[in-house]
Amino acid sequence: MNDYIIEMLNITKEFPGIIANDNVSLQLKNGEIHALLGENGAGKSTLMSVLFGLYQAEKGEIRMHGKPIKVNNPNDANAFGIGMVHQHFKLVEVFSVLENIILGIEPTKNGLLEKKEARKKVMALSEKYGLKINPDAMIEDVSVGMQQRVEILKMLYRNNEILIFDEPTAVLTPQEIKELLSIMKDLAKEGKSILFITHKLNEIMDVADRCTVLRKGQLIGTVDVKETTKEELSKMMVGRNISFDVDKKQSSPGEIVLSIKNMTVASKTHKNNAVKNVTFDVRAGEIVCLAGIDGNGQTEFVHGLTGLEKIESGSIHLCGKDISNASIRNRSVSGMSHIPEDRHKHGLVLEYTLAENLVLQRYWQNDFHNRGFIKFDQVKNYAERLIEQFDIRSGEGAETIVRSMSGGNQQKAIIAREIDKEHQLLVAVQPTRGLDVGAIEYIHKQLIERRDSGKGVLLISLELDEVLNVSDRILVIYEGEIVGELNPQETSPQELGLYMAGAKRDINRGNQHGA
Amino acid sequence: MAPNKNQPLDFNRRIKELTKSKGWASFWAAIMAVALGLVFGFLVMLVARPNSAIAGFRFVALGGFSRIGNVFYFATPILMTGLAVGFAFKMGLFNIGASGQYTMGMFFAIYVALAMDIPNSVHWVVALAAGMLGGMIFGFIPGVFKAMLNVNEVITSIMFNYIGMYLVDMWIQSNALLYNSAMTRTRYIPSNVQIPSLGIEGSNVNYGSVIAIAIAILIYIVLQKTTFGYELKATGFNKHASEYAGMKGKRNIILTMTIAGGLAGLGGALAILAPSAIAGSSMTYEPINIIATAGFNGIAVALLGNAHPIGIIFSATFISHIQRGGTLASLVGYKPEIIDVVIAIIIYFSAFAMIMNNALGSFIKNKLRKNKEKDQSNSVSTEEVAE
Repeated sequence: MNDYIIEMLNITKEFPGIIANDNVSLQLKNGEIHALLGENGAGKSTLMSVLFGLYQAEKGEIRMHGKPIKVNNPNDANAFGIGMVHQHFKLVEVFSVLENIILGIEPTKNGLLEKKEARKKVMALSEKYGLKINPDAMIEDVSVGMQQRVEILKMLYRNNEILIFDEPTAVLTPQEIKELLSIMKDLAKEGKSILFITHKLNEIMDVADRCTVLRKGQLIGTVDVKETTKEELSKMMVGRNISFDVDKKQSSPGEIVLSIKNMTVASKTHKNNAVKNVTFDVRAGEIVCLAGIDGNGQTEFVHGLTGLEKIESGSIHLCGKDISNASIRNRSVSGMSHIPEDRHKHGLVLEYTLAENLVLQRYWQNDFHNRGFIKFDQVKNYAERLIEQFDIRSGEGAETIVRSMSGGNQQKAIIAREIDKEHQLLVAVQPTRGLDVGAIEYIHKQLIERRDSGKGVLLISLELDEVLNVSDRILVIYEGEIVGELNPQETSPQELGLYMAGAKRDINRGNQHGA
Repeated sequence: MAPNKNQPLDFNRRIKELTKSKGWASFWAAIMAVALGLVFGFLVMLVARPNSAIAGFRFVALGGFSRIGNVFYFATPILMTGLAVGFAFKMGLFNIGASGQYTMGMFFAIYVALAMDIPNSVHWVVALAAGMLGGMIFGFIPGVFKAMLNVNEVITSIMFNYIGMYLVDMWIQSNALLYNSAMTRTRYIPSNVQIPSLGIEGSNVNYGSVIAIAIAILIYIVLQKTTFGYELKATGFNKHASEYAGMKGKRNIILTMTIAGGLAGLGGALAILAPSAIAGSSMTYEPINIIATAGFNGIAVALLGNAHPIGIIFSATFISHIQRGGTLASLVGYKPEIIDVVIAIIIYFSAFAMIMNNALGSFIKNKLRKNKEKDQSNSVSTEEVAE
């Protein structure tokens, strides 16, 4: 008897110019937590999308309990008992928790919704697995953690036996992560089989039974987690040794580069201000990290700082120059570089070539045009220099359409562009989001290199490890206010987590700002 | 390590590059759309008058070749309105107001030609420039509304089609210098203000066509080679990124709409200032409260040409060719209305070029994939042996 519930055998999936999965096999045992580890663009998501019916593999087969099955679309997957929690939740914001769980398979009576039965079933499941929810709350009002529990309940309500988690911890606080991992263990104990996509080695070591590693679309191997180490896993993943400790010297802060006083930014979604009375400085040669849980005003803060939105009140000085109401271009020219939060929305013109994107902040400079006519030779030379210097990999070099590049290389292109541009302050907003350890290591090195060459760096991050390892000074933002200033060498992840969750607050800091 | 290119993939890649290249795909899509349009047009002719369908269709499809001069002459205004639509489209704006801009340009040109005293040698040039200015004004206003108040340009430009048409009709009818009330048309434009003819016998083709083609090439250069074109396309592709890069989005919207309006306005001026083959006469405008069709044909031209300035030269010529041929079909007994229907069908299907573009793309991709699967099943079996 075969004790594998799902087997994906010799799966090959190609996209134009790239083989996303090259003869990859993965076997999921009944009741295990199986981690899927790999760099960005290694093909993890593609493999899971094949299992979930979003893509069709060109070659290979999927077996369930030893019998071949065909998954043509997510409905098929559901019928086979395969459920998936996507990285970005698929919930209807203005529906209640209960309505979201039953959406699509609502029980009806004479054409009318029959919620009573459903509620009973949902609450029973919620109790059984310790998935605390408030069934009548609107999704838009509940925390990210609860939204995720709703997603999990959606799968359980549909009696799914195979649960796919696509980077589920990326959006959670440390406390929530701990909770989620213990829920996953419980689910496995109850006989559910779990596929767990993640970049975070600690989590794999904590909960997974086995781990399959992919690199560049190829299967590197499947290992027993008990018999391996973090170092070994990371080496399998990137093909070389990775240092986890960010290697950096003591910082030596110099002149004030950025000075923000009582900055307030309105919110687009609600009546209150998203950023309230924020005051702090960034000095040359230091990395200041603005830490916080997603949605506490970081986005609005950055938009106000970089000029994408107008600030309500307060002032911003860059190298002594008042830029409170300056245009985006003016701020850029005055020495502000900006690695944006959303690289597809703001950072890149995806239809343009790599070369065209690399001059996005400089095409108007005299180096790159002659009386309005772009000097394409110069643009190409410049792009080729950056591609080499920053090791940006792409199919067709400077002529590659950026849309076809991997996320990590797209990010490298943005970083190359922003770092090579004349600047005194680098604003890096979640620069490592969605990237693998290799790329993260690279980006952290670049940030520290910027610091050491005497630039001010303002890092906005949600990742605790990043906050603690990279920064020289931590400011915690909670509901639009700075609630604490911490020294990364003296604080702990637990303490930082408490500040981020709003459970702890620096009284002095609060007074300093006034109400 | 440099990104290494897989040797065996190289040939496939080259084919893919060729078939994947945008120009190739849109070219074939346009050809397919045109072919489909011709087939349906023929079917309508067959239903309307079965006996003369073949002869009539020959006229529609080929008749234009015997009147090549007139094909270019009639292509000129729709080439300009096509550019007006296509240029704005590159920035993500749908300029449906080419008709109003065209009419306004025509009026400005008529006014300069008939009511202003300007030295003979430059009179037609000034009239053309005035036409362009008239169109620019009618592009500028929707542009300002869009940029400053975020009013959808489709709505304002539709309204400005009516505003332009009624204003022009009113101004013409109330001005005796411009209006010949006996003929209910504008007065003849003196021959020295008409655009010099290219001298092809029996045709009105003139330097206007040359100017229009030159402007299409100029627009192509602006889009491909200049920082303005770079900004414009970037904004069209991704508004947020262009804002992030500090481009002046509002200024560019206004500028783009103004230029688009100017193109359509010039189209109107070129149409009205064209020389007449009959001595002592000229092109005239009849103020009968009808919106100029040239503007709407411009949309079809732009779609068929995939908003590419060079493509627009060809699509405008093609549509003009079908229209010229169509008028000949009356020789075998087709009523003008039926001919209009057939032409409309062909244009209508031609405008499906965009949809064809996608359909064709996925067709080729599937084909390639199947071929590759065959290749791979061969190569993989050897791999498995090796393992």
